[in-house]
Amino acid sequence: MNEMVDLIEKEHMRLDLTEIHVGDNVRVYTKIFEGDKERIQVFEGVVIRKRGGNTRATFTVRKVSYGVGIEKTFPMHSPLIDKIEILTKSKIRRAKLYYLRDLKGKAAKLKEKRD
Amino acid sequence: MGIGLLGKKLGMTQIFDEHGNIIPVTVIKAGPNGIIQKKTVSKEGYNALQIGFDEIKKVNRVNKPLTGHFSKAKVAPMRFLKEFKVTPDDAEANDAGATISVEMFEPGEFVDVTGTSKGKGFAGVMKRHGFKGAPASHGSHEFFRHGGSIGANTFPAKVMKGKKMPGHMGAKRVTVQNLKIVDVRGDMNILMVEGAIPGPTNGYVMIKKAVKKS
Repeated sequence: MNEMVDLIEKEHMRLDLTEIHVGDNVRVYTKIFEGDKERIQVFEGVVIRKRGGNTRATFTVRKVSYGVGIEKTFPMHSPLIDKIEILTKSKIRRAKLYYLRDLKGKAAKLKEKRD
Repeated sequence: MGIGLLGKKLGMTQIFDEHGNIIPVTVIKAGPNGIIQKKTVSKEGYNALQIGFDEIKKVNRVNKPLTGHFSKAKVAPMRFLKEFKVTPDDAEANDAGATISVEMFEPGEFVDVTGTSKGKGFAGVMKRHGFKGAPASHGSHEFFRHGGSIGANTFPAKVMKGKKMPGHMGAKRVTVQNLKIVDVRGDMNILMVEGAIPGPTNGYVMIKKAVKKS
């Protein structure tokens, strides 16, 4: 990539957010605008994918809600993200946890990593 | 009409606007452009300004006639030269030897960007003209990406002129109109426009004020 483009991308990056890793159990707080009112929505789940670089990076959070798997992809540097909370970290052996989609219940649990 | 700017496509990226929406932008290195020659009605028969972009660092690579052309305006030799037809007022205001920069544009304005599109080589009708091709199943064989019939037999007994057929695609002059300027960086000589522009990365482009928006 061109250095100049790289520089512009770096300017738009958000460095204030908590750094997350694949396998983390996270709570993502996003700002939602309804008319002129603003409220915060929370999405809690496990990070199954991180992709892209600089401002183009996104991450996907998966949760199971009433037996239905739900995945939401967030732009990592979006100004709409209020904050990210890491609840637990997991021991993982893959960069992308797509295999969780095929597992249910206890089998879909990740081993917790303790420091 | 009106003076434009010459530049180079640096690539595409995306940025966030104030509402948090993602905007695809093309980053263009535009200017500083030197005005190399002023053409006037009295001398050449029309008003125009010749401007140049991309300075040639190794001066010994420039041949003698061109060196003379550049030194006449007292500007450094440049690689990419273009002429813009201007109004008499514009011609009056600009002189050979002056430089123009991205600051002639402002964020929120609309521009037309002209460049040479990426060459696609000899392309078939599906890629070149968006034909549908032939059915892939129901017994068809050896006939998938063809264009079908090209005309009737006894009458008109010829293929109509302008019939869309396979052939060379791309590598021609293309203008994309009404691109919104997202950002102007005077210190870095950078212009950011919303959307894509013709040509490959590092391809030369021409930027003008939008014809349909002024």
